[in-house]
Amino acid sequence: MSGPMQPFFELVDVATASLRNGEVLLADFVGEESDFVRFNRSRVRQATSIKQAHATLTLIDGRRRNVLTISLTGVPATDRAAMASAVAELRTELPSLPEDPYLLYSTEPSQSERIERGRLPAGEDALDVVLSAADGADLVGIYASGPMQRGFASSLGHRHWHEVDSFHFDWSLFHAADKAVKSSYATARWDADELSRRIRAAREQLTHVARPARTIEPGRYRTYLAPAALDELVWMLNWSGVSAKAQRTKTSCLQKLADGEAQLSPRFTLRENTAGGLAPAFDAAGFTKPPAIDIVAAGRHAGCMVSPRTAKEYGIPANGADEEESLQSVDVAAGELATDAVLAELGTGVYVGNLWYLNFSDRAQGRITGMTRFASFWVQDGAIVAPLNVMRFDDSVYRMLGTHLVDCTRERDWILNSSTYGRRSVETSRMPGALLSELTYTL
Amino acid sequence: MPHEGDGPFIAVATRDSDFDSLASRFRALAPAADYCAVRVVEQVAQTVSVRQDVCEPPQTMIDRGAMVSVFDGDGIGYAATSDLSDAGLAAAIDRARQWARRSRRRSVFTAEPQLPSAHGAYRSPTGRPMTLSKAERIELLMRESRACHRDPRIVDWAASLWTTQVRQLLATAEGGAAQQEFNYTVPSLHVTAFADGLTQTRSWGGRGNGFCQQGGAEVLDRSGFVGSGATTAEEALQLLAAPNCPSGRFDIVLMPDQMMLQIHESIGHPLELDRILGDERNYAGTSFVTLDMFGRYRYGSELLNVTYDPTRREEFASFAFDDDGGAAHREYLIRDGVLLRPLGGELSQQRASMPGVATTRACSWNRPPIDRMSNLNIEPGSATLDELVGSIEDGILMKTNVSWSIDDSRNKFQFGCEWGQRIRDGRLAEVVRNPNYRGVSATFWRSLAMVGNEGTVEVMGTPYCGKGEPNQAIKVGHASPACKFSGIDVFGAER
Repeated sequence: MSGPMQPFFELVDVATASLRNGEVLLADFVGEESDFVRFNRSRVRQATSIKQAHATLTLIDGRRRNVLTISLTGVPATDRAAMASAVAELRTELPSLPEDPYLLYSTEPSQSERIERGRLPAGEDALDVVLSAADGADLVGIYASGPMQRGFASSLGHRHWHEVDSFHFDWSLFHAADKAVKSSYATARWDADELSRRIRAAREQLTHVARPARTIEPGRYRTYLAPAALDELVWMLNWSGVSAKAQRTKTSCLQKLADGEAQLSPRFTLRENTAGGLAPAFDAAGFTKPPAIDIVAAGRHAGCMVSPRTAKEYGIPANGADEEESLQSVDVAAGELATDAVLAELGTGVYVGNLWYLNFSDRAQGRITGMTRFASFWVQDGAIVAPLNVMRFDDSVYRMLGTHLVDCTRERDWILNSSTYGRRSVETSRMPGALLSELTYTL
Repeated sequence: MPHEGDGPFIAVATRDSDFDSLASRFRALAPAADYCAVRVVEQVAQTVSVRQDVCEPPQTMIDRGAMVSVFDGDGIGYAATSDLSDAGLAAAIDRARQWARRSRRRSVFTAEPQLPSAHGAYRSPTGRPMTLSKAERIELLMRESRACHRDPRIVDWAASLWTTQVRQLLATAEGGAAQQEFNYTVPSLHVTAFADGLTQTRSWGGRGNGFCQQGGAEVLDRSGFVGSGATTAEEALQLLAAPNCPSGRFDIVLMPDQMMLQIHESIGHPLELDRILGDERNYAGTSFVTLDMFGRYRYGSELLNVTYDPTRREEFASFAFDDDGGAAHREYLIRDGVLLRPLGGELSQQRASMPGVATTRACSWNRPPIDRMSNLNIEPGSATLDELVGSIEDGILMKTNVSWSIDDSRNKFQFGCEWGQRIRDGRLAEVVRNPNYRGVSATFWRSLAMVGNEGTVEVMGTPYCGKGEPNQAIKVGHASPACKFSGIDVFGAER
């Protein structure tokens, strides 16, 4: 294969040969070759190709460690020199650093390889399809296309590689002002016809948001959260909520759940599903991840994400969590509500297509605020009546996913996280919709 | 270029890059095009943290790469690479040129875009070089950490010091060259107290690295970091014992470490010209501000004066040129309450046919530049803090942002603070916990009733302003006095 796997492993081999007695080197790799094309008003705003790779090197000697991340160029001689220089710098500083009582890394060499080659479009092809299908409409969004790589190797013999191809188009079609239909298309096997079909479908849905909008008074309304909206809510729980360290230091938004003082609905089950996601099955300390980790089982606390450092600090088993101890492959269990019965079951209330800009109004009590966005509607007697002018909600997770959760949908969406801060995300979620008996809107 | 007083980073940052020769090599490779430029960024960042008197793994990052941009008529292409050899640059130029060709006659530009050719240099003020070794940084943090653990109710505490040195070159095929060097220093500390089912976290220097400035060791000196451990722990315990913030309509005083967030979310983002032009509607959102509002719209009371100020040297996002080569000058965006100009760089100004400011920036070499807010400040008024408080019969003073949420048009907001204090009969009274308030941008700034004087100003900012597709988290600065607002909807915690 022509990717960066072998060059990276060879770099680690060369660096390993330079180690002195007792030294251990851990090397974590993150790379991508991505095309990003940004659209506004069905025209090209910015088109960019990015090729980048970084290695994070950890040099360990006894209980001391030092960490350095460097950019790699893909030119073997240049990268070998950079690695050698990095190891030398780490070694120079190491004796002056204190011993780390919470140092934990895998000392049992392991290997894995997951390479999923896809069929990705040439830049010209994707551009043509998007601009043709969106002609005459107001489309704004971005597509990202190309391979993403993650790797781990060590002087002890670990060799892990994870490489997936993906195309992800995330876009909105606008009617006017903030009234829009949000859609996405994520695939490893590019299909021009499928993308055109999805853009056409979104254009048809625009008829709903083109109706005169309705403003509702603050108050409590029966509410359906579509999968994308529930996804936003569940990802808030990821903000220190499921972290073992946060729960031990009483700063988790799920503290009451973790402490056994509160429960969520028996219809709510949450787990980390590494086997069903796109994230790698190994961590930056060389440990392999279990296929799944139960976090909330039928409304009760079932577990949390434990990094090697936290494991050592609190004397509990690590489970492959990263430093932030967050979920990467979110899986919320399906319920029994048929998606095509959602409007009828909602009756009269609010259909929320997307939520936006969530934050805690009282983290310790699990109270979350945020806004409705994009295709959200007022529904009356089981029929969409009008698009909703944006509303702020402010409510507790123990009500939203607890006492007020009527049911989740039987069908679930598979959602690829569109985040590209620093690099393209490999986080995913498998998410149903959720019907709530009420949600508190405040502004 | 010499690196006077840059301490231990000298060897790393200069070891294998010569910007002058890189610019020459680039020009030799550059194709005949309407515009072609390379932006090279070298960054060395070092973070040292101590949590519960234990040193966390020290982190250093050495990052280097280049973004090439090529214009072909109305088409613009970008390509980023970390391979700065001739072959690497040539490959990036070729990819950028392909994207420019593909975009031609299909871009958002209605006329061929033009960019200036920058010539000059900038360097962060560095009063005292940051010469502390990692071991010395750890010891500094350890002293504050040890001072935090003064009560069994304190369950977590941590301190960190993050320094970054950036060297940047913007070179055009036509001979333009702007070289800028930045030093950033960001100390932080927080303490968490817990008892009887209640958790309160108090941070020093603003939660989320709000105390962030350009400069070296003198930033630490003026920050007041030394001694922050004991005072922050004491404040965490005070919050734990404090009653919940009351609900109702109150006059409030917002201190600078909350004002920075208020400015950021409900003035900065709505004034970004690319949002107004619709670029961000799929992600960061749109704006309630429209092009026809500039020059006439009353954004706030007559006391509201807002500047884009890249010249306040210690502020986090000061610079001489933006990443499209625009020369940066201080401008009023809002004067006496009236909206004057947007936060939009050269390309957005051409699209909108209106003047803006040089503020098109990228977070690093691997992202193309877009409109950002850079340094966005509220100009001081005339009131002392005592006068602000003394003017309120029954109100609340709020400090240190902890929660922020606003709609995608930047109108309906809800913000929360770590620290509240009742104001009774013109005097500061008891501490209250979990103060929150909500409002609407379009009317909130019209309730600005008093503006603090220069003595109340603090220079804050954030390293994490998120925006753009692909996403970019960028450094911005906010200097603000304390301000009084009348008749605001305030509320407290769940219990």
